[in-house]
Amino acid sequence: MIEQIPADASGRLPRLLHCVITIGMPAPDLTILVIDENAIRASIIEEGLREAGHGNVTVIHEVQGVARIIETLKPDVIVIDIENPNRDMMEHLFQLTRTVSRPIAMFVDRSDTALIEAAMEAGVSAYVVDGLKKERVKAILDMAVSRFNAFSRLQRELAEAKSALEERKVIERAKGILMKMRGLSEEEAFALLRQTAMNEKKKMSDIAQSVVTAAGLLM
Amino acid sequence: MMSKIGKSGKNPAAPVRTSGEGPKVLRAGFIPLVDASVLIAAAEFGFAKKEGLTLDLVKDVSWANVRDRLAFRQFDIAHMLSPMPVASMLGLGSNPSPTITPFSLGRGGNAITLSTRLFDRMREVGGIAENATALENAEALAKVLQVMKARGEPLPMLGVTYPFSSHNYEFRYWLAAGGIDPDKDVKLVVVPPPLTSDALAAGAIDGFCVGAPWNMVASERGVGRIVAAKQDIWPSAPEKVIAMRPEWAETHPETVSRLIVALDAAARWCDEAENHDALAETLADSRFIAAPVDIIRHVLSGEFSLDAKGNRRVIADYFMFHRGLANYPRPSHALWLYSQMIRWGQVEFREDGLRAAASAYRPDLYRTALGAGPAEADTGIEGNRDGDRFMDGHVFDPSKMADYVQGFAVRSDPATPSNGHEI
Repeated sequence: MIEQIPADASGRLPRLLHCVITIGMPAPDLTILVIDENAIRASIIEEGLREAGHGNVTVIHEVQGVARIIETLKPDVIVIDIENPNRDMMEHLFQLTRTVSRPIAMFVDRSDTALIEAAMEAGVSAYVVDGLKKERVKAILDMAVSRFNAFSRLQRELAEAKSALEERKVIERAKGILMKMRGLSEEEAFALLRQTAMNEKKKMSDIAQSVVTAAGLLM
Repeated sequence: MMSKIGKSGKNPAAPVRTSGEGPKVLRAGFIPLVDASVLIAAAEFGFAKKEGLTLDLVKDVSWANVRDRLAFRQFDIAHMLSPMPVASMLGLGSNPSPTITPFSLGRGGNAITLSTRLFDRMREVGGIAENATALENAEALAKVLQVMKARGEPLPMLGVTYPFSSHNYEFRYWLAAGGIDPDKDVKLVVVPPPLTSDALAAGAIDGFCVGAPWNMVASERGVGRIVAAKQDIWPSAPEKVIAMRPEWAETHPETVSRLIVALDAAARWCDEAENHDALAETLADSRFIAAPVDIIRHVLSGEFSLDAKGNRRVIADYFMFHRGLANYPRPSHALWLYSQMIRWGQVEFREDGLRAAASAYRPDLYRTALGAGPAEADTGIEGNRDGDRFMDGHVFDPSKMADYVQGFAVRSDPATPSNGHEI
């Protein structure tokens, strides 16, 4: 359920060298928690964060026990999908727990309404620890928004592919019916379906469906 | 009846209907609860249409979403917990965007339910009767908690819906009246209302305070026992409201007035018992609450199944959608909510906090639309009338806020401001 990515998971720098650099830099590694009941989407986000050089990412798919995880992890940024009813539970947690130092909603910079609207539309919500520099948050949110959108696109394409497959199947069945009932060859049956679709200005799959339905009534 | 403050004169080309305020389709967010009845009835039974409005109702899954979607203009108006606009005007919570309410959606609807396991122990240890009062129940729970502590048992987990909710304050009020410290003697957690009954059945929580119909759903399943209703704690306690952005209200004065007129008519209709069958049918639909219609019907008439053993209780005014000026956004109520926020350490008392809290409630918009309101002052003493007392006998005087909060034996330590830090 919980996947902890080691701090040097980016693999670009040896751990020791990485540490030396971190000491000299003003921005330490951010601890990021991703909460998403959709495991595929969560892994897409996680990958994006790793590509952006964030090594300290925890992903959870179930909200069971999230309070404890937040208390021990003390994340700087929490990314959560907007359809998650447990957002209210997190709001409560932030009110009660002094160990979580006052996280605020993702809207760090209210002037950046374009980003906020994009996030709401994409279905991303985020909590950010107070005082975190907004440029650092913006990069994470931009990435999360684009990955959420990419995931929605993927889902849409998958649905389209599924319906295309269904259409192919019904055309095959209609072809078989025409071949059997009218003694046509496969090519002739296909040509007849296509011609009828063109004549009636309908989709070939619709004509095929009519053939299948009619055959079911007649036979 | 309603004031005409349209701006059609400014723009003669615009149709009279729109009056320069844009299309009259309002996107309205709501959470599936019976206390969204007035909003749902306004949309479904022609009250909005009569005022030239179309309410596009959008069901949401969390109060945090409702808040954010209202703040960032995905919603024009929203069904909201009454403490949410107050918290927003005080700058509390994780996205305090200015929010006001010109209309309350009525009174009542909440109850406190404990697991049958816990209630059985209250009967054993506390020796309470089946028909014990809310206060007797709280005192019995206090005795059980002493036993549990002595035995080193884990503290009961009790569910509320949101940190700034009537449920949070009512549950705390009831516990504290029984001598229980809600921050030390039990563990309060947040559970989304539709999940409460399952969470109770699974033993994930030991009790909860939520709105209807979820208490009755648990009691009729035999997993919970209702131990107090809102009426027992404080009958006038503010519940849900219609929330909007103050800037939107300012730029859409006629729409706001029409909306209030529509909601007022819907609220009157919801109060009539003869309409409850139609209302229950609609509420039960999967577009709205998606719960059994007979349970909603019982909830509307205040016929309570306290448990699955047949113990019943009828609360005459369990829901008041309109009667007793239930829709009037009384600033005293906003101040009482502020007092509870102070009491439980969500905010410190400040003189300017009084003004900020009261500004969330906008009786001026209500009066402009309806040309009517209560005769008494907007801010006054609460809980000093027969039939409207607090369960512990305290009386709230908004002009003595600090004394009122200090007067409670059980309360949180003053809030310690946390320091932000730059990362």
